[in-house]
Amino acid sequence: MRDVAIIGIGVTKFGELWDKSFRNLIAEAGAKAIIDSGISGNEIDALYIGSMSAGRFVGQEHVGALVADSSGFTHLHIPSTRVEAACASGGLAFRQAYMSVASATHDIVVVGGIEKMTDVVESEATNILAMGLDQEWESFFGVTFPGVYAMIATKHMHDYGTTREQLAQVAVKNHANGALNPNAQFKKAIPLENVIKAPIIASPLGMLDCSPLSDGAAAVVICAADLAKKYTQKPIKIIGSGQASDMFPVHGREKICTFQSTVHAAKKAYKQANIEPKDIDLAEVHDCFTIAEILAIEDLGFVKKGEGGKAIENKITTLDGSLPVNTSGGLKAKGHPIGATGISQIAEIVMQLRGQADKRQVKDAKIGLTHNVGASGATCVVHILEAM
Amino acid sequence: MTEAAVPRFWREIPQRYNLIGNQCEICNKVYFPPREACPYCRRKSMGKMKDIKFSGKGTVITYTIIHDAPENFEGQAPYPIAIIQLDEGPKLTAQIVDCKLEDVKIGMKVKSTFRKIQEDGYIGAIYYGYKFKPAGEEK
Repeated sequence: MRDVAIIGIGVTKFGELWDKSFRNLIAEAGAKAIIDSGISGNEIDALYIGSMSAGRFVGQEHVGALVADSSGFTHLHIPSTRVEAACASGGLAFRQAYMSVASATHDIVVVGGIEKMTDVVESEATNILAMGLDQEWESFFGVTFPGVYAMIATKHMHDYGTTREQLAQVAVKNHANGALNPNAQFKKAIPLENVIKAPIIASPLGMLDCSPLSDGAAAVVICAADLAKKYTQKPIKIIGSGQASDMFPVHGREKICTFQSTVHAAKKAYKQANIEPKDIDLAEVHDCFTIAEILAIEDLGFVKKGEGGKAIENKITTLDGSLPVNTSGGLKAKGHPIGATGISQIAEIVMQLRGQADKRQVKDAKIGLTHNVGASGATCVVHILEAM
Repeated sequence: MTEAAVPRFWREIPQRYNLIGNQCEICNKVYFPPREACPYCRRKSMGKMKDIKFSGKGTVITYTIIHDAPENFEGQAPYPIAIIQLDEGPKLTAQIVDCKLEDVKIGMKVKSTFRKIQEDGYIGAIYYGYKFKPAGEEK
């Protein structure tokens, strides 16, 4: 395995982008990343694309080749591979691209993530999202995607005394960060009362505990680390990459409030990077629902199991806290175009480690972590990045 | 869910109507829904997985009240749905019925009951299966 570095990033705006198609969005993100990296398009060896359900959201499968065409690379005849793992599709595509360069199969790879979710009506989009759950033994019986996370929240509150206010504070913090991110879907801070008084979706989770439906794309350019300085003064090295799986339905797990996929993916990534959770300066974690960010900071080892709610309340994870989490606004405020999410997390950490995060810049950020979860935790992928 | 052909549902009838799971004859662990092989005994368990019927008695491990329901469940909302641990060990996800919303609690004892689960629109199939109700209340 050789070292791999990130040399370019590109992100579209996230939101309800009715005037942009699937093809427009991924081409825009890819072009931005390639221009940012300083490479020529002719140097690209391969493309990887994370997309959860192009087939259901825009009626288009076979999107690996489609993206190569939309991006203008058909004349290169390079391999283009689409990767799917529900909401972890982007993170997994990034890991596949990373392994292809680490193994010396490729030298320079562009990896993108995309979802175009508003080309179907809202009820259909919700149905498609729920397809990440167990269709035969969860969804069939009437549990929704928010419903599964709501059951985890009920249990967390019961077992550890986590409060409704602590859950709500995750949304308040992420909206405050999103207000500083020009590409975020919601660039607006919200008060705690609004989260608590929002219509209930699945108790105890209300509308503002849930990430939105979004359109958007993100892309990054990676290359062998020894080539990186040729293109950029600020390459970011991938020092850890871990992926793991868990029992498919949440009810199949021994502990309802632990994502073993996160625990194991993180363990592998920390081991490869030869660091501990306390060495992480900032993290982008998978907050598809407020409870998910609490689980994430526990399962990643930042705080003990059960103390996630308290950590949020004590403002450890705010922009000026000791471990800023979701400086981009997270899935909650930045938006959650499923396949794009994992790649946009990488892009945010790269921006932070380069010192280009403007108003949301974390001081002296050296090592950052990304955490991308598939649906209700049956897949997790963790990456650790460091400025070279 | 996508528009499904009928076999997708009738092949699950034993499990969904009668809580049929299976048991590994090597290590005696029980599974619901039934598995092709025991994850612990693996190849040794192939062909040695025996069907068993669960008692239908269980305990609520956690729950939520669904307010924003999928299309096929819209008429039922708000409804409670729970992760239930069967007395024999396996856990499953199911609706709680015959009970006030505010009476659903972690730790409550429940038993299975055969009900209509969902309707596939106005002209589609009606699907049946298990829900759970408070234990000790025969109706």
